[in-house]
Amino acid sequence: MSNVLVLIEHANGQPKKLSLNAITFGQQLCAKTGGKLNLLVVGSDAATAANALTGFGAEKVLVIDDGSFSHYLAESYTNALSAAAEACGATTIAGASSSLSKDLFPRLAVRFDAAMASDVLEVVDGNTFKRPMWAGDVIATVELKGERQICTVRTTEFDAPEAGAESTVETLAANVDLGTLQTSFVDLKEIKSERPDATVADVVVSGGRGVKSPEGFQVIENLADSLNAGIGASRAVCDAGWVPNDLQIGQTGKIVAPDLYFALGISGAIQHVAGMKGSKVIVAINKDPEAPIFQVADYGLVADLFDAVPQIIESINA
Amino acid sequence: MKILVTVKRVEDPEIKIKIKADGSGLETDQMKYVVNPFDEIAVEEALRLRDAHDGEVIVLSIGVGDCAQQIRTALAMGADRGVHVLTDETLDPTLASLAMQKVIETESPDVVLMGKQAVDDDMGQTGVMLAERLGWSQASFASKEASLESDEEKSKQTALSVADNKVTVVREVDGGIETLALSLPALITTELRLNIPRYASLPGIMKAKKKEIKEMALRDLIGDAQERVQILKMEKPAERAAGMIVNDVPELMDKLRNEAKVL
Repeated sequence: MSNVLVLIEHANGQPKKLSLNAITFGQQLCAKTGGKLNLLVVGSDAATAANALTGFGAEKVLVIDDGSFSHYLAESYTNALSAAAEACGATTIAGASSSLSKDLFPRLAVRFDAAMASDVLEVVDGNTFKRPMWAGDVIATVELKGERQICTVRTTEFDAPEAGAESTVETLAANVDLGTLQTSFVDLKEIKSERPDATVADVVVSGGRGVKSPEGFQVIENLADSLNAGIGASRAVCDAGWVPNDLQIGQTGKIVAPDLYFALGISGAIQHVAGMKGSKVIVAINKDPEAPIFQVADYGLVADLFDAVPQIIESINA
Repeated sequence: MKILVTVKRVEDPEIKIKIKADGSGLETDQMKYVVNPFDEIAVEEALRLRDAHDGEVIVLSIGVGDCAQQIRTALAMGADRGVHVLTDETLDPTLASLAMQKVIETESPDVVLMGKQAVDDDMGQTGVMLAERLGWSQASFASKEASLESDEEKSKQTALSVADNKVTVVREVDGGIETLALSLPALITTELRLNIPRYASLPGIMKAKKKEIKEMALRDLIGDAQERVQILKMEKPAERAAGMIVNDVPELMDKLRNEAKVL
């Protein structure tokens, strides 16, 4: 049995869009191996989210809806995923690349005695995948050895899943005594935003050092507002504390691939480009005509962003 | 407090890399090597943690003989002694974490600090794999709420608070900042925004030359354990088609509306 189990992250009773694209990875892998696809939702409200997942051709949608999983912890989720993989005979476990899967899956790989590939870009065959190295400057084809494997999936490289046969929903009993864990949850300060997240937005507006100050970043937000866009930032702007680090796009931040990406006052270090070069159309505005960002831009404009951006907003609103 | 920190020797991320014609690996001519930038952050935090609680910082690296340079860099920053696991093999995270487990079982540190990923293979697995092997608590992506230009950072205080045999760690997660309390011993991987690493001082460099580096052979530690991730081929990603420079905003808007049709 070479079944596949895809972990689905969810919020407010809905599966996250990133996780839906990871289902596509699972569908592609099953098409190569003949294995059966299974989905897993863990945590409070998991049963609600599971109802939105029954139309993608999975054999089962597994649900672990127990209060002890309401806050993600690597230790407890490792137990939950091991149990779910056993329950559906999975030899592959996969999920969208995220702060959760990066924290969980390597731990699970040891427990599950699996080989692991991070940030898979493409399925070559049942145990061979393409993945980025050196900030995406190299694409490696890797073979995973042994009977079991784990993949995190770079979801910008996979489309939304195709509809498929109805799945049955099955609830698994897996609870964890939080008192026996060595880690305890203290708190989570959520960053709330009215804007779409950059990883799922059709348009992303990003600012770099060229915005000059925390106040200067307002011009990025103004353009984002006029386009209903997500916002992003270069590492320099996040390190300076001008914006939350949650906005960082690049090798060590978010990977985005919107239809339209505005790089404003961003020089274009390879580490930033690694996070946005999958965008369909890239617009760069920078005062420095030598800035490397112009090498990846479809449309470059050598200008002061504080002059150019208000004109763009005016043109959009006209 | 005994703190162990790992450093990986990686290609200097500022230098353009070239792939060998047969796709088997990178050209190594004229390459410069540095400490993985995330590991430098781990070393810095280890030093701050030691200075707040007394104890020692042990630096561990696995790799070729020249890895001693990266260990010396950490010793020059202020770490106390080194452990060098010698090998010419390129290790996947399964083997790297196994070798680290063996060293840690001998050294018995209270805290292990590692970079969240190495900027060469970008796997980001070894730290968390090691936590599971050891059966320890973990916090990946350790960070802090203050910026890298804050007074807090300038005072070089550790962001990790230790009390009652627990360490409290602030970590970056999608959509927010989370705080966890970990029982010691614990494994922590570091994000970019945890601190700004110090430069080695000249006296630090001189002192580092006299500090002990214990050497051991990889296969003496891990026997004949096999790698699980085999790299079959490396290639360059597809290049983006060349773009154009527009003269002004009206031309840009025209192109976006009528040529790219994205507005």
